[in-house]
Amino acid sequence: MSAPLIPNLFAVCKVLVAAIIGIVQSIIYALSGPIPPLRGLGDWLGLDAVITVVTYLIVVTIVVLWVTVLNLFTVMWVERKLYSRLQDRYGIMISIWSLPFWPFNRVHRPTHKGLGYLQNLADGVKLIQKENITPRNADSAMFHISPVLIASSTLMVFAVLPWSSGFYVANLDLGILFILAAFSLAPLGILIAGYAANNKYTLVGGFRAAAMLLSYSIPMVLAVIALVVFTGTLDPVKIVQQQDRPLVAFGTTLPLPAWYVFGPQFLGFLIFSVAMIAEMERVPFDIPEAEAELVEGWTTEYSGMRFGIVFAFKWLRMLAACALISILYLGGWSGPVFTTLSVGGIPVPIVPEEIWFLLRIYFLAAFFVVLSWSVPRVRIDQILNIGWKRLIPYSLLAILVAAGFRVLG
Amino acid sequence: MSAVVRAAPVVVSGRPVPLIEKEVLGGLKAAFGAKLLDGKVLRPGHLAVTIDRDDLIPVCTYLQKTIGFEHLSCITAVDWKDRFDCTYHIENYYNGCMVQVTAHIPYDDPKIKSLTGLWNAANYHEREAWDLMGIEFEGHPNLERILLPQDFKFHPLRKDFAQEVDRQYITRRKLRGGK
Amino acid sequence: MPEFWINMGPQHPMTHGLWNMKVKVDGETITDAKPEIGYLHRGYEKIMEVREFQKNVVLTDRLCYVSSITWSHAYCLAVEKMMGIETPERGQWIRVISLELQRIASHLMWLASYGPDLGLLTGLLWCLRERELFLDLIQLMSGARMNQNYPRVGGVRNDLPENFEAMCKRSIEHFLEKLENEYPKIFHESKVFRMRTEGVGTLSAVDAINWGVTGPNLRACGVNVDLRRLDPYETYEEIDFEPQIWQDGGVGDSYARFVVRFNELRESCNIIRQALEKMPKTGPYRVKPPRRAEGEGYAKTEDSRGEALFYVIGDGDDRPYRVKIRSPVFCTMAATPILLRGNKLADVVSILGSVDVCVGEMDK
Repeated sequence: MSAPLIPNLFAVCKVLVAAIIGIVQSIIYALSGPIPPLRGLGDWLGLDAVITVVTYLIVVTIVVLWVTVLNLFTVMWVERKLYSRLQDRYGIMISIWSLPFWPFNRVHRPTHKGLGYLQNLADGVKLIQKENITPRNADSAMFHISPVLIASSTLMVFAVLPWSSGFYVANLDLGILFILAAFSLAPLGILIAGYAANNKYTLVGGFRAAAMLLSYSIPMVLAVIALVVFTGTLDPVKIVQQQDRPLVAFGTTLPLPAWYVFGPQFLGFLIFSVAMIAEMERVPFDIPEAEAELVEGWTTEYSGMRFGIVFAFKWLRMLAACALISILYLGGWSGPVFTTLSVGGIPVPIVPEEIWFLLRIYFLAAFFVVLSWSVPRVRIDQILNIGWKRLIPYSLLAILVAAGFRVLG
Repeated sequence: MSAVVRAAPVVVSGRPVPLIEKEVLGGLKAAFGAKLLDGKVLRPGHLAVTIDRDDLIPVCTYLQKTIGFEHLSCITAVDWKDRFDCTYHIENYYNGCMVQVTAHIPYDDPKIKSLTGLWNAANYHEREAWDLMGIEFEGHPNLERILLPQDFKFHPLRKDFAQEVDRQYITRRKLRGGK
Repeated sequence: MPEFWINMGPQHPMTHGLWNMKVKVDGETITDAKPEIGYLHRGYEKIMEVREFQKNVVLTDRLCYVSSITWSHAYCLAVEKMMGIETPERGQWIRVISLELQRIASHLMWLASYGPDLGLLTGLLWCLRERELFLDLIQLMSGARMNQNYPRVGGVRNDLPENFEAMCKRSIEHFLEKLENEYPKIFHESKVFRMRTEGVGTLSAVDAINWGVTGPNLRACGVNVDLRRLDPYETYEEIDFEPQIWQDGGVGDSYARFVVRFNELRESCNIIRQALEKMPKTGPYRVKPPRRAEGEGYAKTEDSRGEALFYVIGDGDDRPYRVKIRSPVFCTMAATPILLRGNKLADVVSILGSVDVCVGEMDK
């Protein structure tokens, strides 16, 4: 039973924001002697509603930075480094030692010997410098809106996705439903992008994306329904709490946790994972941007940072998908806490929930990376066959099995 | 001629049959007689016949339908300045025999019947020969340029299409006035 | 959606080179196809008419940059037939070794590019890794990794270096181990790979012969034609090898073409091993050819991609009067509309990747 590093992100931020606003307020009160109207401003700042709104903005910023700056770069690095090793090569190598100024670029630390964590940052800097080209006959407004639509709909997932029992922006009762809904918005953006660019490759890619992502959303949702039969709730925190207990104890030291993957939900877990690979547009199912026949699919006409956005959002979706799989089936952030340190009176768990959660996410991500770099791409009709003729019947079966187990106890 | 067919093994061995070229040449001579302007064995498994351009279709039909030369390997057009030669390399997969049929074409009337009715493979070869040598194949379904741009005016493999010969290509002996 | 044409090329990841495949699609299904070639036409047949016999080898090397030695060898063989000279025995054996090394390198290049065609980038890196071994061997033998200029009219340029046999055997052993254990895992033992290749791009044996499809593509249709057997040149008669034919019946699909080429890799290793055993250890490897020649020479060889035919005519000068190059890819290209029609758009890469297009020799 591990504990979160941040017991409640919102409460912590609210205390901090209230303290900062209190300081600002006292300054304003001090100034209100010569300038009396400022007293009203100070009173307004002290209102609880103002503090709450500011806290929400701060919390959203923290989570977005946490997701994009920290985890997005890490998962990109994991993927690029891992598939390079799979292909017998070193892979990316730009690191902090490649920076062209002292004290980083030491003589005996050549730039090609780094770990490569900053390669993605360098790529981003390069993409920002590139010219943004809009095709002459493209629908300019739609062409430029769709990357924003895709990226923002994916970021909406993280508004509800908890990273531990305390580290989240908002905890909705129907959180899983909101996540799935936000996840399913991206195909719309992809279709708009493919249609607006006025290019045959992007058009075919956009239609493929629409056909594939829509048909794989159905088994995904059906698998979740099969799970809900057991959980009785769509609140991610509660779902994880239900799994945080031993199922079977082998001896005293090694209990098998009560994750939903062990038991009648195993079929649902498989269906959900396969559907998630399709939703992530990873290689067995990456036909929307099949680069061999469609150049780059629906992203063909994008250049500069717009390409960067539509390229990087796939990893964001991958993060969200891995987090969702681990919350629903793999016990989320539950895990043993080995010891608790007391730092200035505040208990700090040595292995907090966030670490357990990130471990699961990156393990799943690594699994998907290895999978997608060792199989070829499946054809569109085969993908739709798998989706409609295999996954949907099996997911209906999973609902039946779950209901049966529920009834029988 | 049926003797030749029987000589070819029914089961494809993928190996050459010795002395097959003499049989094929004998068969050709018996079937066409004086229409063969020339016929000789060049080396084992390889014989060359020369015909007039009007006899091309009968000879090739005989080769393909009667004695099973099923593979049209290559069509070569040669510019001899006073006439054109169109050489067809036709191969039998069963016994490894290759017949080289050469048809003479007069220079001022570069036309010959198309073989696309017999071999689809002739399609691209004839387009190439038209493109580069300017020989017109009558009955070709789609005789247009294939390697060169559609608006190209010349047929560059003809000898009167001047090739820029710079010093690099001229031997020292020739520069000194030798042959 | 109405039917519309999609240009696959000239700048496209599917085309390994500069050519254009126009496909007409109805939704995702291909209803018609039309290859457009000639982007890389360099006028080789015309250029060769003003160069001396031996100097043309530099040009024939560049007909297909991944398969230089086989093309130059076919040209040299044709010129030798015209001149009436014969290569010494050791020269012939060295030629066989160089041809098979080049064939392995070429097939590995094909396998490497077939991987990314299907979305399998790992295959590219693995095959190029092993191709380096064979390029190193070729470099050891001829001094260059590509465009070696190695065959000569009347033999080869230089003798084998010392210790070549041991190095060759070691590389082949290493390669065969990879071929047995690693490649099948990502290629034909992978179910997704077979889903993508089986049953697409079918071509019946009758159609294949009639359209002039040759080489591995023809053997994938089940036709037992290997020019190393049917019209043995050099010392292939004395080597015990099995032409790789698709045995399992049916019409040749992409998977059959893949299997035939994949097995040829192993068979070529076998040929090299036998050649190293059987070749005379010493002896001349080259004869001096006459400067001028008259007559006509013709040679057809089993190139990596099919039947390569050179028809050389000399008029008594020190340069050919006419050279005709028969490119196997040029003839296969005529048959691609049949292969493509009725398949899905995504199968274009699966089919055209499996027929192994090399634009340099196609456009001459």
